[in-house]
Amino acid sequence: MSESKKIIKNKVAFLDRKIPRYASVLGITVLLLLWETICRMNLVPPLFLPAPTAILSDGWDLMASGELMNHITASLTRIVGGYAIGATVGIIIGLILGFSRWADAIFTPVVYSIYPIPKIALLPLIILWLGIGEMPKVAIIALGVFFPVLINTFSGVKSVDQTLIKAAVTFGSSHFNVIRKVILPGALPTIFAGLKLAAGTALLLLVSAEMIAAQYGIGAMVLHYGNLMITTKLMFGVMILSLLGLLFNRGLHWLENKLIPWK
Amino acid sequence: MRIVVENVDKKFVDNNKREVTALENINFTINEEEIVVLVGPSGCGKSTLLNIVGGLLSPTNGQVYFEGTNDIEPNLGIVFQEIALFPWRTVFENVIYGLEERGVPKKEREEKGKYYIDMVGLTGFENAYPKQLSGGMKQRAGIARALCIEPHLLLMDEPFSALDAQTRTIMQEELLTIWNRTRLSTLYVTHNIQEAVYLGDRVIVLSRHPGKIKSIINIDLPKIGRDSEQYRDQFEKYADEIWGLIRHDAQEALKEA
Ligand SMILES: Nc1ncnc2c1ncn2[C@@H]1O[C@H](COP(=O)(O)OP(=O)(O)OP(=O)(O)O)[C@@H](O)[C@H]1O
Ligand SMILES: [Mg+2]
Repeated sequence: MSESKKIIKNKVAFLDRKIPRYASVLGITVLLLLWETICRMNLVPPLFLPAPTAILSDGWDLMASGELMNHITASLTRIVGGYAIGATVGIIIGLILGFSRWADAIFTPVVYSIYPIPKIALLPLIILWLGIGEMPKVAIIALGVFFPVLINTFSGVKSVDQTLIKAAVTFGSSHFNVIRKVILPGALPTIFAGLKLAAGTALLLLVSAEMIAAQYGIGAMVLHYGNLMITTKLMFGVMILSLLGLLFNRGLHWLENKLIPWK
Repeated sequence: MRIVVENVDKKFVDNNKREVTALENINFTINEEEIVVLVGPSGCGKSTLLNIVGGLLSPTNGQVYFEGTNDIEPNLGIVFQEIALFPWRTVFENVIYGLEERGVPKKEREEKGKYYIDMVGLTGFENAYPKQLSGGMKQRAGIARALCIEPHLLLMDEPFSALDAQTRTIMQEELLTIWNRTRLSTLYVTHNIQEAVYLGDRVIVLSRHPGKIKSIINIDLPKIGRDSEQYRDQFEKYADEIWGLIRHDAQEALKEA
């Protein structure tokens, strides 16, 4: 017998490798540094691609003058209002369609025929109906949020385990309580998938609507400085949008963890 | 209070639009404090029958009723094969679900919840979510949930079939201890013959295609301690008798699957 031995190693250790925290900021930092150097070396004209520092310093002017705040407030009001309305109505209608076979049979074809329409195409019509104030912008966002939330809620309801519903009924639940205590929590993970999807749609519609018909708002601001060819301020607006999207997503993520502690 | 199952038939229409008779002419009663066990090969209609008794399925013919209710609304407690705990509720919240739906005051809910959680041996896990429990613990919580409403009839559909053999043996013993304290009339479904003889006062053997009562066997052994040496011979005799009744059907079932 030879004395040589061969230790068996974990071949899938890479699956649970721990990554240090700084890794997540590494990519962005490198990108920004690269960007700054390219601009400093005058490889591209500043009109096409201004340096990050130039964007930030012009952005600072926008903030200091209070102009930015006006735009942000206008945008936030629209998106928060539209999103809240669209999501709430979407969840409620989704629950009803999922629970009632009659409602499902009657309304699902209607939903599926309106769903594929790019909602921004409806803006002129909605302006005709609601006038040119804030209402049409809020409405178009609500509409864009409504459909993905509704469809996800509906499929979430359909995927709730039938035995859980049977269990609830056996232990004395009314129909309303079955919806509230079993179907809603059971569908919640899928509902959140819809809410996240809708966040992207909401931002897209916000900017489009503001570019088409608004004086204030990040979208209007980006368009305005684009027309004036002030690229720094345009880019600053774009950065604000990216930040807004990020915050939106984080917020939903936080809410999801709060509301679904059993996962 | 007795539960009477009278002339129950159940026909299903299968995917090819053919009529399948799942149950035919089922008649039996469950007396007070009695454990009735349904055994039979896979697909003989045990679950169907239990669901009909539990009010989760309508019979095609016949009826199921409580007799001698003295105008009390009878309660049913069901322990599901799939366990069916609400994943978003903690053990305690699951156990008191039925009380909550009946509008029982908070203080009483807490007392009863605590009492039954203790009875099934889950004290200390009140605030755990189902996914944090082992299979045996989950089923204990399921049993506590059914006991908590203090039902007039307890229905159990193969409650231990998903558990490993050791846990299963322990749970069977615990179930008898619990029965000894609660004295609930129980309808218990299993395909395990040893389990049927161990738990049942009466064992109903179902045949297949259509599901009919083949035989009803009274188990004349004391309720507690049937697994002791002294009863071994009689225990085996009952088990053999039941196996003799089921064997042919079980083989047929296997061929079809
Ligand atoms: N919803 C249904 N539609 C059509 N046929 C059904 C339906 N439910 C049950 N059946 C049929 O009725 C028969 C009895 O089914 P059941 O589930 O009651 O059997 P079981 O005795 O509980 O079997 P197992 O031991 O496998 O759980 C089977 O032949 C099954 O195919
Ligand atoms: Mg079954």
